[in-house]
Amino acid sequence: MSVRRLAKTQPDSFAFSKDSEAKVAFWMNKYPEERKASAVIPLLWIAQKQDGWVSEPAMREIAARCAMPYIRVYEVATFYTMFNLEPVGEHLIQVCGTTPCWLRGADGLKAVCEKRIGKKGRGNISADGKFSWEEVECLGACSNAPMVQISNQDGDFYYEDLTPEALEAMLDDLAAGKTVEHGPVTRRHASEPVKAKVPVLEDAALFDGSAAKAAPLPHSARPASKAKPASKARPKAADAKPAAKAKPAAKTPAAKKPAAKKPAVKKKDD
Amino acid sequence: MLLQDKDRIFTNLYGRHDWRLEGARQRGCWNGTKEMLEEGRDWIIDQVKKSGLRGRGGAGFPTGLKWSFMPKEVGVRPHYLVVNADESEPGTCKDREMMRHDPHHLIEGCLIASFAMQAHACYIYIRGEYVLERERLEAAIAEAYKAKLIGKDNIHGWDFDLYVHHGAGAYICGEETALLESLEGKKGQPRLKPPFPAGAGLYGCPTTVNNVESIAVVPTILRRGADWFAGFGREGNTGTKVYSISGHVNAPCNVEEAMSIPLKTLLEQYAGGVRGGWDNLKAVIPGGSSVPLIPKEICDDVLMDFDALRDVKSGLGTAAVIVMDNSTDIVKAIARISYFYKHESCGQCTPCREGTGWMWRVLERMARGEAETSEIDDLLDVAGQVEGHTICALGDAAAWPVQGLIRHFRHEIEDRISNYRAGKPVFVPVAAE
Repeated sequence: MSVRRLAKTQPDSFAFSKDSEAKVAFWMNKYPEERKASAVIPLLWIAQKQDGWVSEPAMREIAARCAMPYIRVYEVATFYTMFNLEPVGEHLIQVCGTTPCWLRGADGLKAVCEKRIGKKGRGNISADGKFSWEEVECLGACSNAPMVQISNQDGDFYYEDLTPEALEAMLDDLAAGKTVEHGPVTRRHASEPVKAKVPVLEDAALFDGSAAKAAPLPHSARPASKAKPASKARPKAADAKPAAKAKPAAKTPAAKKPAAKKPAVKKKDD
Repeated sequence: MLLQDKDRIFTNLYGRHDWRLEGARQRGCWNGTKEMLEEGRDWIIDQVKKSGLRGRGGAGFPTGLKWSFMPKEVGVRPHYLVVNADESEPGTCKDREMMRHDPHHLIEGCLIASFAMQAHACYIYIRGEYVLERERLEAAIAEAYKAKLIGKDNIHGWDFDLYVHHGAGAYICGEETALLESLEGKKGQPRLKPPFPAGAGLYGCPTTVNNVESIAVVPTILRRGADWFAGFGREGNTGTKVYSISGHVNAPCNVEEAMSIPLKTLLEQYAGGVRGGWDNLKAVIPGGSSVPLIPKEICDDVLMDFDALRDVKSGLGTAAVIVMDNSTDIVKAIARISYFYKHESCGQCTPCREGTGWMWRVLERMARGEAETSEIDDLLDVAGQVEGHTICALGDAAAWPVQGLIRHFRHEIEDRISNYRAGKPVFVPVAAE
């Protein structure tokens, strides 16, 4: 457990911006009407992306939106470590320090942050207001270790396959107001093997559309398709549309047993 | 023999091709989905059972069997499928690649699995840090709605809504009942079981929670046949699996291979081998930080599957292979894992809340040699007290790496303690290369 408390100094009020309101509406629509509390984490995150941190008035506003006692929102905000409970630097550098990253040199990245920014702790903002840094636990990019996540107004991006020198250069660029391309800093695209002894995912047949051709379903239980002997061979390139099509939905269960609490369908882009 | 490209399910794992619907269709997604649903839900569950698919989130529970625990008839409470995309087991980074590069496998799988369990709604709970991955998934889902593949009155004839939900940085939310608590808007503290989620899960309704990979492989299993999938790996350990390889190898990577591949083959064929050569290997954590490490002697010929790794007192877990060469301060490496569990304990059960911190502090001292030899047994004793005495498996997960360390490297801890007392350097790393 980590002990987390609200900041001593708090603003007087909080209001979602127009942009944020659209996001709030998008998220609230995902849950059943009487389960508004489900939106609490997404709403806290929206507030954080708007202001850079989650203030106490924001928690109260979110409590009202989610129809929950505000103490429950405090409870959530202090439990989940992604919520900044105090203002942070313009760029928050989160260095993954867990074993897979540590094995590949996370300590070197931490040393760079310490030298450039100062003591770790997301509330310790560098003198120019630009940076703060925190050591975090496994960020789930272990095959691209060591790595950091940098959160700022532009988003929350992973920077991978790092070296201390690369991180240092990155901090220089950010300090100079430049944007830094996310992903691996090497020429690697994602987490593909670069020293495999055999080709991986290079077979052109995977991508030429042959996999998109209709093929009979193996082991079909329906009489029509039973008629044609289910060939053991993989149906990858087989072309025939299954005759089974003629016999629709013999076993399709009576659908639409009403999902009483089913949320309304409202989909739109975030 | 190594797995061939034509037998890989995640054909865009590295994002070299279009992740969008058109690209995914070209690679075979959404091909014949309607026919699968027309076979009926019993057929789907039966095929998944016959494929031998075991849950890919760590526990290895048979997926088809899990689905069959859902009530046969839908009562007044709707059924839910919840997909566990809270990938946060240290070493594990496979679901991320599936979601950002091959999202339609998962979306199609969600429809099929939900249909099989008579759920009209599904939530994908993705970890909060995966912001880009979440946005990618949302975009892919929007495409699926637009193409009427899912949603109301879709072309598959099963009304189905799919929602993405996100967390905010808590490892414990990967535990299925903590995940449900979190999805309900609470802090992620695991629930006592029973009742199991299939009886009372999300919002008190029958719910099945499955890992991303478990769901995402289902469409291909049905398309190519249960026996195709069952043809890989050993009995009881079938299928293909995405392995995450990290640590001291020359080229860490994610790669889909057959189950039961020898660990050495996996590392040498795909990851460029151990840094400094196979003989420079010290130990491997074969299934994410929760499982006990295995020393080189075992790594030499162990197979990567549930049963083989259980037999050597470790586990396949999430198949996240963390490699440590001879330069590794192994006590420190495990101490860092202990710190992780201390940080991530939800604080609900005393043995875990207190025990994780205690184990970490003792290990930190042991890494510096500042301990009594008798404390090694104390540490084992405490680990044994934490293990099995908590609501969820985080207690076990915190105890196992410590037990594995002492089982295989007790002599190193003892050496450090005597070196420290003799005023000698406590730990002298062997040169890496």
